[in-house]
Amino acid sequence: MARPATKNTKKPDTWELKLYVAGHTLKCKSAFTNLKKLCKKCIPGRCRIEVIDLLENPQLAKDEQILAIPTLVRTFPLPLRKTIGDLSNEERVLKGLDMPC
Amino acid sequence: MVKAINNVESPEELQKCQTGIRGLDEITDGGLPKGRPTLVCGSAGCGKTLLAMEFLVRGAAQYNEPGVFVSFEESSEELVQNVASLGFDLNGLIAHKKMYLDQVRIERSEIEETGEYDLEGLFIRLNHAIDSIGANRVVLDTIESLYSGLANEGILRAELRRLFRWLKEKGVTAIVTGERGENTLTRHGLEEYVSDCVILLDNRVEGQISTRRLRIVKYRGSSHGTNEYPFLIDEQGISVLPITSLGLQHDVSTERISSGIPRLDIMLEGDGYYRGSSILISGTAGTGKSSIAATFANATCSRGERCLYFAFEESASQIIRNMHSIGIGLQPWLEQGLLSIHAVRPTVYGLEMHLVKMYKLINEFKPEVVIMDPVTNLISIGSETEVKSMLSRLIDFLKASHITALFTNLSHAGGAVSLEQTEFGISSLMDTWILLRDIELGGERNRGLYILKSRGMAHSNQIREFLLTDRGIDLVDVYAGPGGVLTGSARSAQEAQEKAAELVRRDETGRKKRELDRKKKALEVQITALRSEFEAVEEETNKLIQQEEIKEKVLAADRAGMMRLRKADADS
Repeated sequence: MARPATKNTKKPDTWELKLYVAGHTLKCKSAFTNLKKLCKKCIPGRCRIEVIDLLENPQLAKDEQILAIPTLVRTFPLPLRKTIGDLSNEERVLKGLDMPC
Repeated sequence: MVKAINNVESPEELQKCQTGIRGLDEITDGGLPKGRPTLVCGSAGCGKTLLAMEFLVRGAAQYNEPGVFVSFEESSEELVQNVASLGFDLNGLIAHKKMYLDQVRIERSEIEETGEYDLEGLFIRLNHAIDSIGANRVVLDTIESLYSGLANEGILRAELRRLFRWLKEKGVTAIVTGERGENTLTRHGLEEYVSDCVILLDNRVEGQISTRRLRIVKYRGSSHGTNEYPFLIDEQGISVLPITSLGLQHDVSTERISSGIPRLDIMLEGDGYYRGSSILISGTAGTGKSSIAATFANATCSRGERCLYFAFEESASQIIRNMHSIGIGLQPWLEQGLLSIHAVRPTVYGLEMHLVKMYKLINEFKPEVVIMDPVTNLISIGSETEVKSMLSRLIDFLKASHITALFTNLSHAGGAVSLEQTEFGISSLMDTWILLRDIELGGERNRGLYILKSRGMAHSNQIREFLLTDRGIDLVDVYAGPGGVLTGSARSAQEAQEKAAELVRRDETGRKKRELDRKKKALEVQITALRSEFEAVEEETNKLIQQEEIKEKVLAADRAGMMRLRKADADS
C-alpha cells in the first residue's frame, strides 16, 4: 500500500513517513487525507508516505510499538518521531513531526 | 478438576480458573472467575507483578493453559530475569509457545497527540498474542501506565471499558494490575471497569517488620474468604495461607502417645498425652522445659513418627549438643529424616509471616508432632492479642491435622502467682498444662513438676521432683510432710532426720515401758504391804471380837446367876 509521492528516494531531503492504521475506519481515512494535505503544503515533492494496515500485519504492532490508531511515525530524517491521532490539529502535527512549514 | 466438577453441577454456576498459587485457590473457593478479568491492586512492591506472572506460569505448566503477559512497565528481559530467581523458566515456556511476552512502551514526551485516536493498536497486539499461542490467560501489568503516557483521559476511559468488554468476549481469564490510589483501590479507578473480582495486596510495616497481606475485596457470584491473609514470596513463588480459625469442629483422638518420661505418663493416667492435643510446658529459666520438649521429640522419633522442632532461642546444633549431655541423642533422627529442627530468631520476620512459614513447613514435612520452643519469644514481635490470635489459629490448624503440639513457655520468676499466669493467656488454648518450677530450699535449687490441668483425663495432682540425669529425665516423689515440700538434698536430709527421730522415738517408748514395769512392781509391793497390814489389823480385831464374846458370855452367866439368886417369878 505504499504510495510514493516522489520516485526519487535517494534524495537526502525526502521525508519518510509511516502511517499505521487498522482497516478503513473514518479516523484512518481522515488521517491519510490530512497528512497528504500537509505534505503538499509544507514539503511538496519531498515526502514518501507508507500506509500500513495492522489488521493485515498484526505482528508489526508489537515490533513497532504501536498502541494508538492512527499512529504516524517519521522514520527519516532521524530521530524517530511519533504522533498519534487523525492529524486534524495541524499545529500539533507540525510540532510532533518537527516539520518546517 | 474444578472445571469438570462445575460442568457437572450446573452450567449456570460461575466457572473458576485455578491459579495454581498455593492458598489462593482455597481462599477464592476454586480460583479466579473463568473468562473474566480480575483486578489485582496494591502499592508499589507488594507483589502484583509476581502474582500475575505466577498465575500465567502455573497455568502454562500445570493446567496446560498458555498465557500472554503484556507489560507496560518492565521489559521482557527484565521480567525473565526477575522471575528466574523464583525458578520460573520463562524463556523455556516462550519457546514452547506456552507464554507470550509483550512490552508496551509509551512515552508521553515522545508522542504528540494530533487529534482523534483509539487504542486499536493495543487490541490488535493482544488479539495477535492470544491467537498465536491459543492463550487462555492474559495479564496486563500495569495498564494504568497508559494514563501517564496518553493525555486524553476521555479516550482512555472509553477504550479501557471497551478493552475489558473485549477481554470477556474473548473468553480469557485476565489479571489486570493497578497501583493503589490515595483513597481508592486504584489510582485511576480501574475498579469501575473490573467488577467481577478484585484482590488487594498490601505490604505493611509494623514495628520494623513488614508483612505482606492479601485480601479479596470483592468476588461477584462466589463465596470467598474475607479476611486479610498473609502471604509469602519465597524461592517457590507466592504462598497464601488461609489461616483463619477453622472453628472447633475437628475430630478428637482417644489415642495416647508417650511423653517419653515414664513417670510423667503415669501421672497422665498411665498413658501419656492425647494424640492431637496441645501441651504447654511453662516454667522459669532453667527449669528444664527444653529437655522435656526434646524428650518428647526423641520419643516421637523412636516410634518412627516425624517431629518438627521450631527453636526460637537455640541453634539446631546447640540443641543437639545440650540434649546429648542428658543422654538424649537427636542426631540419628535428624539423619533419618524423622526430625527437623528449624532454628530462627523471632525478629527475622513478622508474626503472620512466622505463621505462614510454619504452615508451609508443616505442610511440607507432615509431622505427627510439632514443638515450639519457646513460644514466649514470639511476643517480642507482636502484641499479646496478636500472639494469642496467631497461636489459636496455629493450634486449630494443628488439631485439625491431628498433630500433637508441644509449646514451651518461659515465665518470669516472681512468686507462685505469676508462675501460674502464662504470658499471653494462652493456657486456655491448651489441653495439657505442665508447670515446672524451681523449689529453692536450703541453699539449692531443685526442679519440681506438676500438672496444672489435662483435659479429658484424671491426672495426678502430685508434685514430682524433676531430675535431669545423664540418662534423661527422671521424676521422683518429693518429700511431702508436715515440714512442707522438700526436694533435693533437703529431701534426703529430711528423710535421714526422720529416720533418726524414729530411732529416738523407739528408745523413748522402751524407756517408758520399763518405767511402767517398775511402777507396777512398786505398786504391787505397796499392795502386799497394805494387805499384810490389813491382815494384822484383821487379826487384832478378830481377837478383840472373841474377847468381847467371851466377856458377853461371862456377863450372861453372871446375870442368870443373879436371877436365880433373887428367886425370880416362875412365869418369866
